[in-house]
Amino acid sequence: MAMFIRVDLDASLQQDVDLKKRLVEVCPVDIFALDGDTLTTVDANLDECTLCDLCTDAAGARVKVVKLYE
Amino acid sequence: MRFYEYEAKQLLAKHGVALPKRTFARTADEAASAARELGGATVLKSQVLTGGRMKAGGVLFAATPEEARTAAERILALPISGQQPAGVLVEERRDIAQEYYVAVTWDARAKRPVIVFSDMGGIDIEEVAQTHPAHVSRTHFSNLRPLSDYVAKLAVARTGVTGNDLAPLTRIVLNLARIFVQYDLTLAEINPLAKLSDGSFIALDSHMDMEEEARGGQRALLAELAIADTDTRQARPPTPFEVDGARVDAADTRGVAGRVVEFDGNMGLVIGAGGGSLTLFDAVRSAGGKPANYCEIGGNPSVAKAAALTKLVLSKPGVQKIAVMMNVVSNTRADIMARGVIKGCIDAGRDPAQTIAIFRIPGSWEEEGAKILRRYGVEYVDRSVSMHEAAQRAVAKMG
Repeated sequence: MAMFIRVDLDASLQQDVDLKKRLVEVCPVDIFALDGDTLTTVDANLDECTLCDLCTDAAGARVKVVKLYE
Repeated sequence: MRFYEYEAKQLLAKHGVALPKRTFARTADEAASAARELGGATVLKSQVLTGGRMKAGGVLFAATPEEARTAAERILALPISGQQPAGVLVEERRDIAQEYYVAVTWDARAKRPVIVFSDMGGIDIEEVAQTHPAHVSRTHFSNLRPLSDYVAKLAVARTGVTGNDLAPLTRIVLNLARIFVQYDLTLAEINPLAKLSDGSFIALDSHMDMEEEARGGQRALLAELAIADTDTRQARPPTPFEVDGARVDAADTRGVAGRVVEFDGNMGLVIGAGGGSLTLFDAVRSAGGKPANYCEIGGNPSVAKAAALTKLVLSKPGVQKIAVMMNVVSNTRADIMARGVIKGCIDAGRDPAQTIAIFRIPGSWEEEGAKILRRYGVEYVDRSVSMHEAAQRAVAKMG
């Protein structure tokens, strides 16, 4: 269970095949994964988030990185 | 990692440096047999990874093979600085006309290798440097450019050596400098480098240390010297705690969280950054603290790695609190470290606020780190608090 970071995915993301692949590609700590066609987040890697913004740059408001300590 | 004398001499022999005839023996019988084959008087030297062998009784002389056997029995039964000898080096005894000193080491201040040469060898070179400074030369060279004879000749000539001795000494110095660079050594020393009565030169004793991180790149050399991967060259075998520390480091390639050394104290240390570990360890000691461990963490470890190291340190019986301290960081992130140590505390069933005596990791992402620590009630100090002051504060909290 992640203690520091939560990543919220907008439901509309699941319709965008290219963006789903892009998110899996860009994250340096493998927070995103494809379970079949469904984009998911990997619980074990969430706390490794480096706040690099590559996911939000790619997906805009459809991905939200939440700092649980704020 | 340090080489035994007999290994260092293998390396010298391979590169054409003249040596006394010698045999490495693991038993007294082997030593007696070696002395018989060498013929004449021999010197027997304990093979330990520490200095002070002569004073400790680890170097003995023998006139016959039977005397060599007795000497070897005594040497093999004699631990030196807590180390049991790996064997005995049996060498022919030579008549010496003059002793020289030569070493190649790394000058951290100049950021270049340096050749130290003296025409007064055989004794403590630091003492010679103080009492007879004109007899010690220091000559820097580049480890990037090809090494020239001129540099080696300069090192020798600077002590006043001239004439027939200059050329053979230059060759030996040049060889030693090449060995130093080629094998990633941190020290290559011949002391004494002896001039014999016939005018020739031989290396009577040698000491070599290789950069620990070079083990991977120097596999061929280690195989040649029959040094196994499992041979750590430490003064004692690692404790289970230290083995677990190495596992933590090896389990994740991100950053460094290792070199764990176990001590008897009650304060766990999660320390590092640019030489900070040694400074911080000393600072804790000088403040009266009792470290439970030494370690090195840095190079931007993952949260998981920092957490695993923290959990390991807290698993050591008697550890009441941990001090998380670093030099000013650039590539390592304070917030990632904060997440890691807090997670490690919680995974170990400890309250971070009660367990982390101090968190001093100034530098990259420190504001984010401070937010995390505040959320968990952990004291954060920035670079306005020196490493020594942070150590004092941590020790004061131990009660």
